[in-house]
Amino acid sequence: MVKTELNIEQIRKDFPILHQEVNGKPLVYFDNAASTQKPKVVIDRVADYYSNEHSNIHRGVHSLSAAATEEYELSRKTVQAHFNAKFDHEIVFNKGTTDGINLVANGFAKSFLKEGDEVLVSELEHHSNIVPWQMACEQTGAKLKVIPITDSGEWIMEEFHNLLSDRTKIIAVNHVSNALGTMNPITDVIEAAHSKGIPVLLDGAQAVPHMAVDVQALDCDFYVMSGHKLFGPTGVGVLYGKEEWLNKLPPYQGGGDMIKTVSFEKTTYNELPFKFEAGTPNIAGVIGLKTAIDYVNEIGLDAIADYEQELLEYGTEKLSQIEGLKIYGTAKNKASVISFLLDGIHPYDAGTILDKLGIAVRTGHHCTQPVMTRFGIPGTVRASFAFYNTKEEIDALYEGLLRVKKMFS
Amino acid sequence: MMSINERQDELIEEFSMFDDWMEKYEYIIDMGKDVSGLTEELKSDDYLVRGCQSRVWLIPAQENGILQFQADSDAIITKGIVGMVVRVLNNSSADEILKSDLYFVDKIGLKEHLSPTRSNGLVSMIKKIKTYALAYSAKAI
Ligand SMILES: Cc1ncc(COP(=O)(O)O)c(C=O)c1O
Repeated sequence: MVKTELNIEQIRKDFPILHQEVNGKPLVYFDNAASTQKPKVVIDRVADYYSNEHSNIHRGVHSLSAAATEEYELSRKTVQAHFNAKFDHEIVFNKGTTDGINLVANGFAKSFLKEGDEVLVSELEHHSNIVPWQMACEQTGAKLKVIPITDSGEWIMEEFHNLLSDRTKIIAVNHVSNALGTMNPITDVIEAAHSKGIPVLLDGAQAVPHMAVDVQALDCDFYVMSGHKLFGPTGVGVLYGKEEWLNKLPPYQGGGDMIKTVSFEKTTYNELPFKFEAGTPNIAGVIGLKTAIDYVNEIGLDAIADYEQELLEYGTEKLSQIEGLKIYGTAKNKASVISFLLDGIHPYDAGTILDKLGIAVRTGHHCTQPVMTRFGIPGTVRASFAFYNTKEEIDALYEGLLRVKKMFS
Repeated sequence: MMSINERQDELIEEFSMFDDWMEKYEYIIDMGKDVSGLTEELKSDDYLVRGCQSRVWLIPAQENGILQFQADSDAIITKGIVGMVVRVLNNSSADEILKSDLYFVDKIGLKEHLSPTRSNGLVSMIKKIKTYALAYSAKAI
């Protein structure tokens, strides 16, 4: 197969924010796992929507409202196609990954979990895929079980199989780890879960920017993601749920749009997906998300994945040359994330100096304290790459780290 | 005995020698290394000031109405700044500390470290110092 080469120089021109200086140095943006930057088409789309098209949706008879509704629903179709969902009503718009997990955890607490049941997560989860489940367990008396990880940051699959039981009511795990970059063996998990009739929720926040995701091929029961990590606006995200599961789950929030009829005696709920979209949604965000998805697809997720793997390899090799640098997360299959520590240097110290050099990295526990506890470290420095990053920027990080080392030695 | 503001001005003076951020940070790092710090057993949760990114430990003491703080941090830059705060505030009365305004941080260009969003424990540490001062001054009455 011939690889499509990305024209990075051209691509970088699409992102206005990249062309600035921070602390007098050209910005090197390596905090893409926290949030990605926005191409001009997305920024323009949102501005254009507010300038010319805004109105509330799903309610007005007037033309603006009808047009805005159409754009909003068109975005749903785009998301459906992008993730290859069977129906567009399996796509629920919300605030993001956290919101989606809370919706499902809340529904499980209300309808499916009881004392003695178990919820299975992994040691690699983001806090937003731990805490909602803990809350659900607290409410119902269910127990949270945890798949442990190896030193390389991979699930111990044997333990996973041992943890599965008749008591397991749902498995909620991340597709790709934000702290270490591990691409998890989710197909094995889904297969094993389904053989026991257990549903699986995948936290796709860190997967969707890096790879094509096909929810039907995966056969997952729920998939959640955040628009802002996929080059789209903040405050918008997607919950995919299989029709049968979304029908079984109770509504999350009550309000406008999610009802069919309301009386003080009895309210009947709207059908999917509106049952889960109470209140006026982030219309501009949803519409901007469509543009972001179109943009990414125009470049091609396969080409993006290839290029990012190249950056990952280059970065891993380059940073490994630094004496005393230890990479956390050395799984065979990784997204373009490098988490590391310099021997004896606190991540806060390293991050402060790198920032002075114009290099934006994330430092700390990355909302995955159990992972840090597992490795016995206060946190890491994390460089996460997107397709607009370059090897020259990785060189700048390398030089920056040498400087950090010198300053703190 | 110098006042809190005299000690702040002295620090500002020291920093005025540096032309660029590198020298400034090298100086802070050196100060961080010089802070004698606390022994491991004193770095207990009792004295921990919670910050998300770097942790700060703070131990108060009072003798004859004069307060002394000992502090430490797991990050060197934070430790350097912690050391400066302690240097400025130590040997003062509770009232002096309560009335103090730590303008030196801003003046020497380290304001960013005192922003609450940094979650490095510094802001909480200064709050904690004032809380201790308040407690000591209440006892004195
Ligand atoms: C794996 C993972 N899950 C969940 C989240 C939470 O996403 P959001 O804050 O957009 O809801 C993140 C964001 O950092 C993440 O990386």
